[in-house]
Amino acid sequence: MKGLSEVRAPETLRTVASLDVARIREDFPILKQQVNGRPLVYLDNAATSQKPRQVIEAISRFYSEDYSNIHRGVHTLSQRSTQAYEAVRTKVQRFIHASEDRGIIFVRGTTEGNNLVAFGYLRPRLQAGDEILISGMEHHSNIVPWQMLCEEKNARLRVIPINEDGEVILDEYEKLLNSRTRLVAVTYVSNALGTINPVRRMVELAHRQQIPILIDGAQAIPHLAVDVQALDCDFYTFSGHKLYGPTGIGVLYGKPSLLESMSPFQGGGDMIASVTFEKTTYNKIPHKFEAGTPHIAGVIGLGAAIDYVQAIGIEKINAYEEELLAYATREISRVPGVRILGNAKEKASVLSFTLEGVHPHDVGTILDQQGIAIRAGHHCAQPVMDRFQVPATARASFAFYNTKEEVDALVNGVRTVMEVFS
Amino acid sequence: MSDLRDLYQELILDHTKRPRNFGRLENANCRADGHNPLCGDKLTVFLEVENDVVKDVRFQGSGCAISTASASMMTEGIKGKTRAETEALFERFHQMLTGPQGIELEENDQLGKLVVFSGVKEFPVRVKCATLAWHTLNAALKHEVEPASTE
Repeated sequence: MKGLSEVRAPETLRTVASLDVARIREDFPILKQQVNGRPLVYLDNAATSQKPRQVIEAISRFYSEDYSNIHRGVHTLSQRSTQAYEAVRTKVQRFIHASEDRGIIFVRGTTEGNNLVAFGYLRPRLQAGDEILISGMEHHSNIVPWQMLCEEKNARLRVIPINEDGEVILDEYEKLLNSRTRLVAVTYVSNALGTINPVRRMVELAHRQQIPILIDGAQAIPHLAVDVQALDCDFYTFSGHKLYGPTGIGVLYGKPSLLESMSPFQGGGDMIASVTFEKTTYNKIPHKFEAGTPHIAGVIGLGAAIDYVQAIGIEKINAYEEELLAYATREISRVPGVRILGNAKEKASVLSFTLEGVHPHDVGTILDQQGIAIRAGHHCAQPVMDRFQVPATARASFAFYNTKEEVDALVNGVRTVMEVFS
Repeated sequence: MSDLRDLYQELILDHTKRPRNFGRLENANCRADGHNPLCGDKLTVFLEVENDVVKDVRFQGSGCAISTASASMMTEGIKGKTRAETEALFERFHQMLTGPQGIELEENDQLGKLVVFSGVKEFPVRVKCATLAWHTLNAALKHEVEPASTE
């Protein structure tokens, strides 16, 4: 089985002090293209990141050589597939420093992970008058599942306010935690503002009152080293596609004791120990939560993505991206009419901005004409837009394959926008 | 950048910066809200319809350059027109933006100044911006209660 989803990382990446971005870019076939007659500048990484050939090839190789269904066949291919699939579970466990691999549940993405906790964990425990606490900078996927539950159970969704810089107000958070709070669900990194939340501290404060806490890690996972044991969070969710892996695959980490106490979310094959028409006995975790044939190739691709990121080193990635964000922030601030939303002390890879007198949608179109891909809109975080009283923002978000030259292209592009509208 | 100038023509930018017939219409007897969930554009169209003729029209809301200019120029284009003429105009406008081959513009085309939006056809994701005001107008004429949506 060795080698199936292993990535042979370029040797140079292990030895250079800073990132060899030119070399890294060679790994991303999609980046070598022209869009609207200009070299593609891909700055929409917070929406989804591009895939290195190591990931693409791992999936292709898996389908070409080892593919079969898992956990059931006695034949060789099924055994190979099962081993490869379960090996990625262990890989994820190590990547996020979980204590056991049975705390790693494969799901479709962060959204499904959050919903699994909402409906598998919280729903049976939630009573009328109970409270769920989220922050004012959540993505819709960490708002709507809780809202649905609150509506059903007549419970109350409460929101930790954020300050003018886009940081949660910890004093207010502390005040909001109370004996009716059944769960805290908060993002590690804001997709709309880039804020890195003090989640370690937030976990500690919640646990002081025995309140479990879910960390939405969708935006954190590609940028920050994550240690779920050090954080001591009860649940952690993330998506593979933001971590240079395929779409349709993600992870819910849960403390095994909590996962064991939960009812299954979906019934079907693979999640059972035995079935008769009278009674079904459920399988153990993690399988209890993985009903049906899972996205096996997606899991293999996720494993390759983790290998790729680890071969470069998440700390190195983080240091490089921090420098890039600081450079971009400085350069774009020089353009008259630019307002940056989200000025938290701790930020990761997201630059959200507005231009005076220009709607972000027009910014997006004009930049696209210059080959620059950014996101324009509410970023599935409408309450954040309301908080800052803007209908939308333009958002550039960076990955380790982006360069200062690309930041310069963005800034020049923004100047062109201002010229069109001058 | 020639493509950009096709989209952001001077006339469009002029209406974006100084939208005409902007604000509430106190004597409105039809109104509707429109929403483009993709970009968050929202607007309200107010109509005063008398004897099947659009006697007055105004709009309110916030949106991108294309949707604001489109709403502004729509109000200019339909004032004084009958309901049937208004519907025919929308039909032709829509055809210009979404028809497989677009349209052959005629001399003194009924679209008038609205032909400046023909460049939007080359930007498929922006077509909804240009048609939001018109969908909302349609809803107002039909007295629909649900907000018009581009989706």
